Amino acid sequence: MLARSPQSRSPGPLARAFERFLHNRAAVAGVCIAVPMLALILSYPLWWTFQPNDIDLLAMNSGPTMTHWFGTDGVGRDVFARVLEGGRISLLVAVASTALSAVIGFLFGAISALAGRWADAASMRFVDLVMTLPPVIFLLVLASIAGTGIWPTVIVISLLSWPLLARMIRSRLLELRERDFVMAARGMGAGIGHLLFRHGLPNSIDILVVYATLQIANAILLEAGLSFLGLGIAPPAASWGNMLNAARSTAVLEQYPWQWLFPGAALILAVLAINFIGDGLRDAFDPRAELN
Amino acid sequence: MLIALSMLIFLMLRLAPGDPIDAYIDPNIPMSPADLADLRSRLGLDQPLPLQYLGWLQQALTGNLGYSIKRLDQPVLGLVLSRIGPTVLLMGTALVFAVIAGIAFGVISAVRRNSIADLSLSIVALAGISSPAFLSALIGLYVFSVRLHWMPSGGMLTPGEEFSIGDLLHHLILPAALLSVAQGALIMRYMRASLLEVLNQDYVRTARAKGVHKFWVIAKHALRNALLPIVTLVGSTIGLAIGGAIFIESVFNWPGMGLLLVDAVQTRDYPVIMGATLIIGACVIVVNLLTDITYAVVDPRIKVG
Repeated sequence: MLARSPQSRSPGPLARAFERFLHNRAAVAGVCIAVPMLALILSYPLWWTFQPNDIDLLAMNSGPTMTHWFGTDGVGRDVFARVLEGGRISLLVAVASTALSAVIGFLFGAISALAGRWADAASMRFVDLVMTLPPVIFLLVLASIAGTGIWPTVIVISLLSWPLLARMIRSRLLELRERDFVMAARGMGAGIGHLLFRHGLPNSIDILVVYATLQIANAILLEAGLSFLGLGIAPPAASWGNMLNAARSTAVLEQYPWQWLFPGAALILAVLAINFIGDGLRDAFDPRAELN
Repeated sequence: MLIALSMLIFLMLRLAPGDPIDAYIDPNIPMSPADLADLRSRLGLDQPLPLQYLGWLQQALTGNLGYSIKRLDQPVLGLVLSRIGPTVLLMGTALVFAVIAGIAFGVISAVRRNSIADLSLSIVALAGISSPAFLSALIGLYVFSVRLHWMPSGGMLTPGEEFSIGDLLHHLILPAALLSVAQGALIMRYMRASLLEVLNQDYVRTARAKGVHKFWVIAKHALRNALLPIVTLVGSTIGLAIGGAIFIESVFNWPGMGLLLVDAVQTRDYPVIMGATLIIGACVIVVNLLTDITYAVVDPRIKVG
């Protein structure tokens, strides 16, 4: 490694953003919660004795014990394994729907910024229209069409979430379009594909990263909400939402609180941690944050 | 706007896989194709899509939103209207709670900045914002009605008893308080930030220098200006509150729009989904308009038009 003296080269924007991120205590705490959770969720089949759908007939509705750390549910399934499996499914739904909505949002925003006035007006009116309805209502209407299961849920959530990103991308690209280097590229005959992916994408990567982080937390909440109402992930597959749904029966709510308290706590922890990281990233990418 | 919205919802619902007629047929009784076709034409489901939409729109404009497929005798409009009252009652009470608590705690937190009270209020607010409505509803239900037996666990009135205001209030308080948590926490955070900003302004310092008591500076001079952003905030959180109300209603079995909509979605009762969504959309548009008008009235610096 060559030693660089700090005077000879100032740190690049990414390094500075990273440094700002590390100085944000909430964001670092978020990382400290999210990384171990992620590790547990991904690795649990390797070291945990129970599978999420294993039935232990000798221990139905048993409270937390040494063998079943979080207790068991009404048919003797291990709650700890189900919470972790639920985390896997929530995460899968969240990541997949975020990726899908980021693609839709980016393309929609880009088209509306670069493809001329009519396309812009039409697509922004459409975005307004979609944003008029309260998100949960829209979610219910979409869910009534798509039905239950992992992939319908992914599609429902991503169809709901892209308009916000489309707006942010549009305003970034509208500004970018007037810059000299983009003018030069157009003058030299660059096509829309080149403009989009060579200039547009790298220059809106910060928006995309922040959107993706916050959207993952948001998608986890939406998935849990849908499953809670019985419209998202259907049992026997585990998800934090449908485990909470079990608590709508009074017996579970009153007598077996561990069956819904643990998934609830996991849900809140995950969402809080990811939101902290997202806020930290947003502040880190924003040059104005340095002034404070 | 509203017409475009109705078109969008109508199209989405008709693109759905599955036949709306399925929800109406009893799967245990075999039906001949002729009977099916007869039923289909009776329900108006055999016409092309644009015609179905136009027919629906024409009826809707005269106040007829069609009939529930699931409960054949019930007109959608009546069904929806009968559910609006409880929802408005629930959301209105929650809004009052949220505004009072949010402003009060926000002021405390801004005045006693960086104190223990401020810190603990901020943590509570953060927890309130990030816990979803259904989870806080479950926890509230568990603590207050299962463990402490202070409140009934659901419904709007005690079945079989005479109607009384006391009984209604008894059922109303818990769900309304839980619904107000997220909104109240949001209002508190904005209130704190906006009051802190106002407190740094010159005219507040002038008032203090003139010897006005600290309480009156905050209550009369600062609060008025700090409240301005809250007006917009309350308007824009209506969507959030409606979303929360759906979950609260379904946990507490509160007979409002949210419960109606969830039931309709589960049984694929398209006319009811359409009607309810449309009415909610209309309410949101009206509330947004009202917010803008209120804002112009409260803040003389903003000119209308």
